Amino acid sequence: MKDSNTYIFIYASVMVVVVAAVLSAVSTLLKPYQDLNIEMARKLDILRSIEKAEGVAEADNRNAYIDEEYDKYIVDSYVINHLGEIQEEIDAFGVMVREENRKPVEERNLPVFVGRDEAGEYFIIPVYGRGLWGPVFGYVALEDDYNTIFGVIFDHESETPGLGAEISTAAFENQFKGKKLFDEDNEFVSIQVIKPGTVPLDEHRVDGVSGGTITGRGVDEMLRDTLGAYVEYFRKQKNQES
Amino acid sequence: MSESGKDPLFSGKNMKLLSTPLNDENPITVQVLGICSALAVTAMLEPAVVLAIAVVAVMGAANVIISLLRNTIPNRIRIIVQLVVIASLVILVDQILQAFLYDVSRQLSVFVGLIITNCIIMGRLEAFALSNKPWPSFLDGIGNAAGYGWILIVVGFFRELLGSGTLWGYPVMETLGVYNFGYEDNGFMILPPMALITVGVIIWVQRSRNRKLIESK
Repeated sequence: MKDSNTYIFIYASVMVVVVAAVLSAVSTLLKPYQDLNIEMARKLDILRSIEKAEGVAEADNRNAYIDEEYDKYIVDSYVINHLGEIQEEIDAFGVMVREENRKPVEERNLPVFVGRDEAGEYFIIPVYGRGLWGPVFGYVALEDDYNTIFGVIFDHESETPGLGAEISTAAFENQFKGKKLFDEDNEFVSIQVIKPGTVPLDEHRVDGVSGGTITGRGVDEMLRDTLGAYVEYFRKQKNQES
Repeated sequence: MSESGKDPLFSGKNMKLLSTPLNDENPITVQVLGICSALAVTAMLEPAVVLAIAVVAVMGAANVIISLLRNTIPNRIRIIVQLVVIASLVILVDQILQAFLYDVSRQLSVFVGLIITNCIIMGRLEAFALSNKPWPSFLDGIGNAAGYGWILIVVGFFRELLGSGTLWGYPVMETLGVYNFGYEDNGFMILPPMALITVGVIIWVQRSRNRKLIESK
């Protein structure tokens, strides 16, 4: 009886239905908490790209602290298209770069967050790409020349700890400080992530992570692809200033 | 099996289920199972402890569930049933971590999911829970997970202390002031190969104290 086909079919079906019910119930129940965590993590990443919210580890009320810092330093945000025209009525924080990067460049909504402190203004661009095992993403903060990188924050979903996952360490991220997106002729060259030791470093290149070559390549492509869509906007802004 | 039903809950026989995996039958140092995750998450103490707790929870629960179902599970699909139970429990743990311990869940990244493939768990389900009552199965699960967990924690302790000079993020070495005497953190300890060597040292120490583990030539 226990090994009859009918029994096995019924057993498997019941099992699947029960498991599916339990898992979806739990997932629905926990969703609000998870979403809040993700929102806070994004705000924190934006702040960290311009070296703010550094006291987050000591803060008593972590979420309140992040919100407070965010309101203080992130003064504006807007969405542009690939021609650099501002798109009204779209909330920059609500734009998912994951979705946008699947579209052709012409149709993308491109969010920009504006940070300001005593030292000046920063333009913070969310970036998104593919690593070895899953997505890599982060924020690139540009100085107000729309060319020099002030700071970057990278993160990943499932890169190997110790190898690809090293892209989210300060050692890797700090290399980007002061690098430039455009060359002398005002051509967009992005920042290359190279295999350590193969090519001399200059202001458009950083060292990749040993053992994390493919993740590094993912970061490289992510920057080229995501920031590439902003080139017209950067040019426009630069011309206005000069 | 009928005899164990009459045993008191904490009889010597039951306690043995809990204690042998900690030493004589340790999944990592004696059976050499579950090494992969032991190498990967032990660069810091905190993820090691969290993963150890997660494995204890998953294994205890999985063993009980399989043991409760053991008389109904059709023999031909028992492996699939075991997998479904483990996978669902792991997803539960992952969801809970994402909701309440977000940072840790990001640090552990894929390794929570990889609990599913941890051969210790399936091994115990197949070898023990399928043919024993829930209570002994529970103890067996907890025991084996703890045997796995304490090795993880010891390795994590030494790798974080010697590799980063911190413990649970607290800068121990700096507080002790040893840097002033020219001490430097050993970056090697953070890399996976050093976890293997640390596990090797633990096996060595264990066998030198527990002679019956030494294989005869």
